[in-house]
Amino acid sequence: MTGVTSLLSVAAMSLTHGASPHSARVELNGVSKRFLTPSGDVFTAIQDVTFAVEPGQFCALVGPTGCGKSTSLSLVSGLDKPSSGTVSVGGTEVVGIADGVSFMFQTDALLPWKSVLHNVALGPIFRGASKREAQASARDWLRRVGLAGFEDRYPHQLSGGMRKRVAMAAALINEPRILIMDEPFGALDVQTKAIMSNELLALWEQVRCSVIFITHDLDEAVALADRVVVMTSSPGTVKDIYDIDLPRPRGDVQEIRFQPRFVELQRQIWSSLRDEVERAYAATAGAMA
Amino acid sequence: MNVKLEDENPINPSGPAAWDAGGGTSGPPVSPRGPGSVGSAAPGDGSRSNLASKLRWQGRFKVWGGQLLLAVVIIGGWQWFTAEHWVDPFTFGQPTGIVHRLYTLFRDGTAFGSYPEQILVTLQEAVYGFLIGAAAGILMGVSLGTNRYLSSVISPYIKIVNAIPRIVLGSIFVVAFGFGITGKMLLAAVLVFFVVFFNAFQGVREVDPNVIANARVLGAKPLHIIRHVTLPSAMTWIIASLHTAFGFAIVGALVAEILGSEKGLGLVITTAQGTFDADGVFAVMLTVAVITLVAEFILTRLERRLLAWRPQSRSDAPAI
Repeated sequence: MTGVTSLLSVAAMSLTHGASPHSARVELNGVSKRFLTPSGDVFTAIQDVTFAVEPGQFCALVGPTGCGKSTSLSLVSGLDKPSSGTVSVGGTEVVGIADGVSFMFQTDALLPWKSVLHNVALGPIFRGASKREAQASARDWLRRVGLAGFEDRYPHQLSGGMRKRVAMAAALINEPRILIMDEPFGALDVQTKAIMSNELLALWEQVRCSVIFITHDLDEAVALADRVVVMTSSPGTVKDIYDIDLPRPRGDVQEIRFQPRFVELQRQIWSSLRDEVERAYAATAGAMA
Repeated sequence: MNVKLEDENPINPSGPAAWDAGGGTSGPPVSPRGPGSVGSAAPGDGSRSNLASKLRWQGRFKVWGGQLLLAVVIIGGWQWFTAEHWVDPFTFGQPTGIVHRLYTLFRDGTAFGSYPEQILVTLQEAVYGFLIGAAAGILMGVSLGTNRYLSSVISPYIKIVNAIPRIVLGSIFVVAFGFGITGKMLLAAVLVFFVVFFNAFQGVREVDPNVIANARVLGAKPLHIIRHVTLPSAMTWIIASLHTAFGFAIVGALVAEILGSEKGLGLVITTAQGTFDADGVFAVMLTVAVITLVAEFILTRLERRLLAWRPQSRSDAPAI
């Protein structure tokens, strides 16, 4: 079974990006992004953002609402272009859709008119695999996320947690070098969120791609990540970067919360984040008043 | 309950499916709605489900009774009023007269061929016009919906053309193509085109940008996105428009025939009109209504098949 799996994933790998390494370094250097608002003003979403994600590292991005976290990520994936500064993946600057990047959104981007199997098989099909190869690979990934037997269901027939797993399989099937997750579990209830976090970690331990993970939830960030980047409120820039030295594998994300080192790190980062959250809150409260 | 159980299973990447191994549930998965929503109709409490089906049938009979009553009042009233000559049957027709006229139309045919032949001609024009118009509408709607530049250039012209009373184009087509079926087909196609076009365009615009972004990141080329994302997503809108569009196709074919033709139901209508034969006009109307209802039925079947992925009625949601 394991042999078949690794063979399949090797096949999928060579299919998507040849002999290139399995993970890549992501580097944002002095990146700013400005938008023109409908009223003609210039709105600066992020300003002079500089941070790096090492190959195979799990990096969490935390910050108050509206601080440009999602904007930063759309620049990494190549969906958007920076106004100034450079974004590079694996040493080459990102121009257009970056190769070997997968995205997971807060609202799942599954196609409701396709069965679970066909949804997961989309990645390889878009990249030119034959239908049979794509479906074989999709079956394998569905098994890996624990959804064997659900291939013929439609997304609306699944629970929230199961849909997330389909989205995970769909994102990982291309064997990405970088996995970008924009509050992927934000819409889940607390228990399901904890379960999904554990499953994500278990999967990531196998594929070891670089991960950039956006979240509001500091506990989630510390429990999952190797590095936590704290962003300031709008216009977003990098305030602090913390390396999380909790040992891997982390085990249960709910258990790890009680370790003294976790509590210490969490407190440190929170003291940095709190000012920003309060500033962002004051700004919105001011706007409301 | 079962859904929660599955979520607690750890991922077991190398072994057999975790769900099979740990869950202990071998049946089909439970749909998100769960069994609770249909609890009252669950097998096992026979008396309650009997009661439910009895109530359901009672409700249906009530509706059917109401529908029958309405038909009797309208048609019977028409017949009665014209029979008593409160309303002139010569100008407004009479139900029995219409049925009789329909019978003679089928038995004796018309001056320009048998009645079924006229039906076939009109049907042919309407169906071809429908197919051409719908295909063009989908094609234009999707291309303009996905291409902002194209839509900015073309949309003012589409608005202008849409503002023109297009039925008048029928006259141009008679001049250009004569009394054959080409002009009728084209008028039907023009009417269908705009209905389908606006819906397809709107449907494409409604596609979730997140889904498109995701497909792009996964490596989709523009044609992939149209085939796998945009078109299926807009299909809900397009299919909804097809129902109205077929009615327009029939209208287009009939009007074009009335404006000038050598065969078809429109010509039967003008002939009846020329001889002050109100029953004849109503007889053709009845024929057209039957055609449209059959087309509607076929379109509904098509809709069910193409949109099978949508959550249907509650009854087929839980698979247990």
